[in-house]
Amino acid sequence: MSTVATFEIRYRQFLDESGNLADDAPALATDFDQLIELYRLMVRTRQFDSKAINLQRTGKLGTYASSLGHEAIHVGIGSAMRAEDSFAPMYREYGAMFYRGVKMEEVLHYWGGDERGSDFSGPKHDFPICVPIATQCLHAAGAAMAFKLRGEDRAAVSIVGDGGSSKGDFLEALNAASAFDLPAVFVIANNQWAISVPRSRQSGAKTLAQKGLAGGLPSIQVDGNDIIAVRWAMETALHRARQGKGASLVEAITYRLSDHTTADDARRYREQDEVDRAWEREPLKRLRAWLEKNDAWSEEKEIALLEECKQSINAAVDAYFTRDKQPVSAIFDYMYAALPHDLEAQKAYAEEMANG
Amino acid sequence: MAEITMVEAVTLALGRALEDDPSVVLMGEDIGPNGGVFRATLGLSEKFGTNRVIDTPLAETMIAGLAVGMAAQGMRPVIEAQFMGFIYPMVDHMISHAGRMRNRTRGRMSCPMVLRAPFGGGIHAPEHHSESTEAIFAHMPGVRVVIPSSPSRAYGLLLAAIRDPDPVVFLEPKRIYRLNKENIEDDGEEYPLDVCYVLRDGTDITLVTWGAMVKETLEAADALAEKGISAEVIDVATISPLDTETILESVAKTHRCVIVHEAARHGGMGAEIAAQLADAGIYDLHAPVKRVTGYDTVMPLYQLEKQYLPSVARILHAVNEVMEVS
Repeated sequence: MSTVATFEIRYRQFLDESGNLADDAPALATDFDQLIELYRLMVRTRQFDSKAINLQRTGKLGTYASSLGHEAIHVGIGSAMRAEDSFAPMYREYGAMFYRGVKMEEVLHYWGGDERGSDFSGPKHDFPICVPIATQCLHAAGAAMAFKLRGEDRAAVSIVGDGGSSKGDFLEALNAASAFDLPAVFVIANNQWAISVPRSRQSGAKTLAQKGLAGGLPSIQVDGNDIIAVRWAMETALHRARQGKGASLVEAITYRLSDHTTADDARRYREQDEVDRAWEREPLKRLRAWLEKNDAWSEEKEIALLEECKQSINAAVDAYFTRDKQPVSAIFDYMYAALPHDLEAQKAYAEEMANG
Repeated sequence: MAEITMVEAVTLALGRALEDDPSVVLMGEDIGPNGGVFRATLGLSEKFGTNRVIDTPLAETMIAGLAVGMAAQGMRPVIEAQFMGFIYPMVDHMISHAGRMRNRTRGRMSCPMVLRAPFGGGIHAPEHHSESTEAIFAHMPGVRVVIPSSPSRAYGLLLAAIRDPDPVVFLEPKRIYRLNKENIEDDGEEYPLDVCYVLRDGTDITLVTWGAMVKETLEAADALAEKGISAEVIDVATISPLDTETILESVAKTHRCVIVHEAARHGGMGAEIAAQLADAGIYDLHAPVKRVTGYDTVMPLYQLEKQYLPSVARILHAVNEVMEVS
């Protein structure tokens, strides 16, 4: 018997949970202006998240999927991408969407039951929020295919959860990306829980990153609570994609500190001890510690930032509340480029019944 | 101008679309140098290259998902499911994404893609190679379902489908792929979608059908003509969205209607057409609307498939029942 191939999965962390930096950290770790920019968005995303949950709890927003604990992954992805790249999110990547220009009120519109939230201010070639699990991975692969066929210097990025990594769509996307050498990057946000099903029940595989190896992609695991590691992995993978060397997979290890959505109660299926321990590893605390250790951040700045976030979030909530409602005709008007004859009658009927 | 079969008309339309529009690409299994299992893409990869006519890994979900992503980025992918029996892994992307993208982004993104698949029975094919499940797609809002029944309509409707700004499922009745030939000029002229085609004018009864059953229905109309019964034959062609107006107008004239389709009866498109007639044409009808369809059973393997498929005799039987009501 001979060995025909060997594989390994490397793990990367630069900033540990106490705010200690590894010796071989990339330049970003000491580029405090940029780190502060990332930190500010991570904080705003978390404040927004908290506000959105409050809106849902008080009946002013529909079911909402929290991003609590995922801020380093999401902002890390957003900040590594270029505007002309395409992002295919799942449904809680607000940090990435905000970085790319989506407005907070647009996310509120979406979860507030208004389709106009997906006609957002971010790049027009970014995909909307994707609720069916892992299908977005194939859409990113398709976008990458379009970029490659047209000879454009662009890449596509998609993200999936540990649960989504069990789906055929995810695996078929990895396989397609390697078969066609596509300029794509896939991220698994492994937050340990797919609603109530733990990571251990998703797969017997030791890592989820190794699923990328089966598809033929360079695959790595990073600390998803360390934005320096996430950014580094994304930049490495995107650089590779832009050089025409194909796609990569990044498994970012984090923890879903919130319920799955506001319709979920995680206390039914997981121990509080586990959640408490996860809070010690969460991404904001360590970045703030690192910034403060280097005199780049302070309590005063933190207080000022929180006040600033409060104001911008309140403005977004106002914009969400005060937007004019869609007319009944909007149900029909975007189904097709031109409304088919049979639907005209249904539209007229719907308008009549709505007014009557 | 050349005398060509329906499958050759498909190839001709695909070649025309590739020639005319650089954003059109074909993707599927064995569609490249092999030319497709029915030769629908014969010669196209040689002519347009493997970046335009793309053999994919054997993964139908992947093909559909890639097409959604490509279409949303401004390409016009034309994908092939090798047989309709293998189309089901594609359903999620069609119903959850292709048919919804324009609506859910309020027009920011759309999915101008075509999903082609050979369908239907009657060619002694193996298991899973003979079904007609067009109603599954006809139930999807935002997705057009188009079915040609002749070489000229295959050419014109496929071009229209590829140029349409919304997703189209284009189902090719493989039993009539090589049934007859028509003179077709490769002039890029499309046929309109969303309209029925009245293939024969008549005054006594309306026969509504599509796809391969157009053949048996026209034969039944011939037999009826010999008996002095004038049958109007309508090829629905676009089964969703449905051109009910043409069918209602015809029934207003003939007062009788028989619907013929190969698919199972329960929840089939015949049920929708009959319901539309009950809703808006009931006072024009002099007799019950009858359906001649496949049975609500599993499509049998080929030894019994002839018994499953509607025949001229079964159509005539239904017409007789309807004509007996005075």
